[in-house]
Amino acid sequence: MAVSDTVLLELYRKMQQTRFFEETAAHLFSLGKVHGTAHFCIGEEASGIGVGHALKNEDYILQTHRGHGQAIGKGMDMKRMMAEFLGKETGCCKGYGGCMHIADFSVGSLGANGIVGGGLSLAVGAALTQQYLGKNNVTVCFFGDGATNQGIFHESLNLASVWKLPVIFVCTNNLYGMSTHVSKAMNITDIAVRAASYNMKGISLDGNDVITIYKETLQARDYVLQHGPMLMVLNTYRWMGHSKSDAQLYRTKEEVDEWKNRDPIKQLRKTLLEERHIPVKKIEEIDQEAEIDVEQALAFAEQSPEPRLDSILADVYAD
Amino acid sequence: MREITYADAIREAMSEEMRRDSRVIFIGEDIGVYGGAFGVSRGMLEEFGETRVRDTPISEAVIVGAAAGAAMTGLRPIAELMFSDFITLAMDQLVNQAAKNRFQFGSQGAIPLVIRTPAGSGTGAAAQHSQSLEAWVCHVPGLKVVIPSTPYDAKGLLKAAVRDNNPVLFFEQKLLYRTKGEVPEPELSEDHIIPLGKADIKRSGHDLTIISYGRMVQESLKAAEKLAGIGIDTEVLDIRTLVPMDRQAVIASAKKTGRVLIVHEAVKTGGFGGEIVSTIADSEAFFYLDAPIKRLCGLDVPIPYNPGLEAGVVPSSAAIYTSALELMEQRQLMQGAT
Ligand SMILES: Cc1ncc(C[n+]2csc(CCOP(=O)(O)OP(=O)(O)O)c2C)c(N)n1
Ligand SMILES: [Mg+2]
Repeated sequence: MAVSDTVLLELYRKMQQTRFFEETAAHLFSLGKVHGTAHFCIGEEASGIGVGHALKNEDYILQTHRGHGQAIGKGMDMKRMMAEFLGKETGCCKGYGGCMHIADFSVGSLGANGIVGGGLSLAVGAALTQQYLGKNNVTVCFFGDGATNQGIFHESLNLASVWKLPVIFVCTNNLYGMSTHVSKAMNITDIAVRAASYNMKGISLDGNDVITIYKETLQARDYVLQHGPMLMVLNTYRWMGHSKSDAQLYRTKEEVDEWKNRDPIKQLRKTLLEERHIPVKKIEEIDQEAEIDVEQALAFAEQSPEPRLDSILADVYAD
Repeated sequence: MREITYADAIREAMSEEMRRDSRVIFIGEDIGVYGGAFGVSRGMLEEFGETRVRDTPISEAVIVGAAAGAAMTGLRPIAELMFSDFITLAMDQLVNQAAKNRFQFGSQGAIPLVIRTPAGSGTGAAAQHSQSLEAWVCHVPGLKVVIPSTPYDAKGLLKAAVRDNNPVLFFEQKLLYRTKGEVPEPELSEDHIIPLGKADIKRSGHDLTIISYGRMVQESLKAAEKLAGIGIDTEVLDIRTLVPMDRQAVIASAKKTGRVLIVHEAVKTGGFGGEIVSTIADSEAFFYLDAPIKRLCGLDVPIPYNPGLEAGVVPSSAAIYTSALELMEQRQLMQGAT
């Protein structure tokens, strides 16, 4: 299956937006302008973007704590994401959630989760709704390698398989859960083999190859609608520390540098220039636009009002 | 009015809501052919089929989590946990997901979800199948908590819970399942909705108020009957929904009688009775009290197996009677002191 230049350029744009978004967010931290914490997906952008861009608006995603790319991939508005990061009233969660809980139901984002593996069971339910209502849509559940060691991983994949629900379980394997290397947390090297115990299809992909991820997700969409859930493991690496505060004593600089050489954005840029013969000017234009988009998102967020305390109790329960 | 059992009332409420609204589905362990561990859903599979009455694997966490996910996306699931002790296995899904996922996402959407689950001791099932854990979930904003004491209330409250747009914990009382009571005929069911957050005076009186919920309301009514025999006029207030609690009804009754005994089966320490006490103590009702507020609760022990021990660690009508008398005497003592 050939992917058009237009789609490739969109993938490139969204990855650049994600990177600039997170670099800006990290900068805000260093200036002390935001409180709390954030988990950055720099180096892993291909997973969120490649998957998200292959989905339809009515498809659902459940994101992780490292979910900026997943949200942008699904088409979320960076203005409302940045405003949420700054805790503003115009944020996608009205400043109640912060960047660990980014959600926008209008684009099918059912929310990022602060509990490792927290989205897994919710995804089963979302896909049950789709199946029950006869929708031609799927649910994507993002989670990390660490989350596959949670009990809820087993319960969720098992039930989704028994009920043949249209879920793509997407595991972004960045080799670490906080400081713990996968080799210390599981006795297998390919996480995709876990699918076998649910009689489920499991595939393992180069998590830095956005084109392959995009293509495989398109196919996975059709597959899960026909056959029920599958597990897709995207093998990648996070460049930054686990969160804001991480001395990274558990890995070497050499290891990080080696992965930096496999930058998913640079790889796609190379493909665009050398295989698709896109003029460098066109690509630089996208770089600039992505940067401007993030700057505008930040300006919007900074100018937005703080949320009000006096209405907060009314938001705990739905009418 | 006809009489039906508490279990029948619950089944009728579910079935009527499922007939009324195709978005209502029912999931849980052994709820289909088996009819649920206590037979509550017998016959529902035949009427609604496997797409709406869905047996699950023994996976409490994903039962609650999937129900929450389905609720977030437009269905109105009823999930059954076979024993309320098993909410421990679904705590993340209940507390961090179902209770939070509307608020923390900036009040997007709604989570119309009912979790039905049998609670309480008295079946000889010992420590892991007999608890009354309702106080835990009352401590989590975003959840509503209901414990009905009669077939009438069970039906009306469950129908309201299914129509509510929030996650509702519906604790059923095992020992009440086979008890009978008046419930309106099915033709009149559409009107039989009891709003959450409204307490009910099960017996009106002037000398003292017993505030309770669930099975202990029945024990309190028995005690009140006996107290009437010696001239003590007891009010029994059934709060029915713990969250939201009908604070006004609690305060009004405390003001009216000036003497309050709170009764619940759950252990005393950290129990919901403390919440009722403080509701009275920090309201104007405080100035109307003729005696200290008293709590009669389960002993602070796991439920033991031996039948004598099992019955002995939770309140009974006899114990309620004695506590009520003590409370009346306390008043006389206080009057004597002045
Ligand atoms: C249930 C739970 N346990 C622990 C944590 C703390 N924590 C947050 S992220 C994280 C690592 C998760 O690893 P992984 O699933 O591989 O995702 P990654 O951070 O690598 O993207 C940990 C331990 C948590 N938030 N939730
Ligand atoms: Mg990881």
